[in-house]
Amino acid sequence: MPNKVIVKNLNFFYGKSQALFENNIEIKEKKITAVIGPSGCGKSTHLRTYNRIFELYRNQSATGEILIDGENILDPGVDVLELRRKVGMIFQKPTPFPMSVYENVAYPIRLHFKLSKSEIAQRVEESLIGASLWDEVKDKLHHSGLALSGGQQQRLCIARAIATRPEIVLMDEPTSAIDPIATLKIEELLIHLKKQFTILIVTHNMQQAARVSDYTCFFYKGQIMEYNVTNDIFTNPQNKKTEEYITGRFG
Amino acid sequence: MVFKLHKRETRRGTLTQKQMNSQFNQTEHQAKRRPLRFRKWKDKLVRLFSIFSITLAVGGMAWILFTVISNGLSVIDFKFLTQPSKPYGIPDNGIANALIGTLLITLGAAALSVPPAIAGGIYLSEFGKYSKVGHFIRFSANVMMGIPSVIVGLFVYIILVIPTGSFSGFAGSVALAIIMFPLVMRTTEDMLAMVPYTLRESALALGMTRARTTLCIVARAAKNGLLTGILLGLARVSGETAPLLFTALFSDSWPTEFFSQPTANMPVLITEYATNSPFEEMHAAGWGAALIITLVVLLINIFTRIMFRTRHAK
Repeated sequence: MPNKVIVKNLNFFYGKSQALFENNIEIKEKKITAVIGPSGCGKSTHLRTYNRIFELYRNQSATGEILIDGENILDPGVDVLELRRKVGMIFQKPTPFPMSVYENVAYPIRLHFKLSKSEIAQRVEESLIGASLWDEVKDKLHHSGLALSGGQQQRLCIARAIATRPEIVLMDEPTSAIDPIATLKIEELLIHLKKQFTILIVTHNMQQAARVSDYTCFFYKGQIMEYNVTNDIFTNPQNKKTEEYITGRFG
Repeated sequence: MVFKLHKRETRRGTLTQKQMNSQFNQTEHQAKRRPLRFRKWKDKLVRLFSIFSITLAVGGMAWILFTVISNGLSVIDFKFLTQPSKPYGIPDNGIANALIGTLLITLGAAALSVPPAIAGGIYLSEFGKYSKVGHFIRFSANVMMGIPSVIVGLFVYIILVIPTGSFSGFAGSVALAIIMFPLVMRTTEDMLAMVPYTLRESALALGMTRARTTLCIVARAAKNGLLTGILLGLARVSGETAPLLFTALFSDSWPTEFFSQPTANMPVLITEYATNSPFEEMHAAGWGAALIITLVVLLINIFTRIMFRTRHAK
């Protein structure tokens, strides 16, 4: 399986304090990679470098290389707008825009593509079907996106993220603010989505990592302690810290 | 049985071994209890005091409203609202010219102050939040809000009324705009700051530019808050008197020469009628005008509260 992302010697700083230390990892294409580890270990920080969203905050900086399809996206010459089209992101709390369900999905499409009205409508439908939300919202496309339930809002955000046809989807604890049944739905959706996208998911829930992911990466104090096929990580961890974490000894 | 506590649990503030041991020592525990009585009294005292304070505030407002209504209600009729003001002795005195004048002056002030105030608020919240320039602007705005309005009036008198050689409604608008600007700018900043950061992040993560994120997503999410800020600013300046005495002044004619002539307005009408006139009839008309402007300001306030609440209930 080819590598979609290759990270080399990634260091990350919040002001002067270093949060990531020499991260090296190779993310496989069209697989789900789970990122686990105790709170504050740098999981989210690591994820947030892939689309350079951290640049919103002036004191945060990254060094090293993140090669996506061979291109170092930390290079200042890279167009972040196009990078972020290619690398979608889902956040912990659902963040529908203050507009209708339809507009939520159509907005990013119009942003990146010149399409006719009917083509946009078609893509909106495709994306909503892709996020397995279509059946629930097809009769209320013009209602406010904020009126949906939490789980529906999160799937709306997924629909919105895949509407721009990204190649990689980053998920930062996408189910931690959502009830168990909605979580299950999103997990099923993930299995379905990996046919098209390379997915990275940060999760606090080790069962979730075990259920959905193909590869798992264990972070501890800003370092990648272990990275392997999910099954191996959970049944036969090589690192002592990994073992302690997955057996619930700390975290 | 010995509990081996994990690192995370102690960090989160659950009980340590030592604390657990001490908790089981019940006799010692009881002996060191503080009597609950005093704590309950203190609680009651604080509650009584806050109820008393609230009564003062609400009672004060009710008293003002009652005085204004009881003095002003009797003079308000159709003629009062549709006729222009007239010198004493001429029948059918009204306040219509002052109402329209005040409307023009405050709308003028809004037109002058709202666009830069919103833009400034956006800068403070979205771009210059932690920058030195941002801190300086925020500080200046706070100082500007503290400047007595009479000084703003004098300032506009010097820079606009003297050079043009005439009082004008427009000069009044400029003075009110100066008072409104920092108010609207700071509310805009606060309202935008209330929009969760994740909304900005998710807009940026879709490949939007900062400008688009701010204008199309963040400002949209804060839309009602921004409107509230503007309306509260309007309510605040529509009753300002001192700055208008030096700028718009007053006139008994309709406000047709807004840019070059003194322009009738409510606050100055009230001041003139209530303090500079020896006639009972004028005093009554002043109360009538006071009632009208109080009601307008009250309605704006109630309207904005309702609007803001419906947004938050969502």
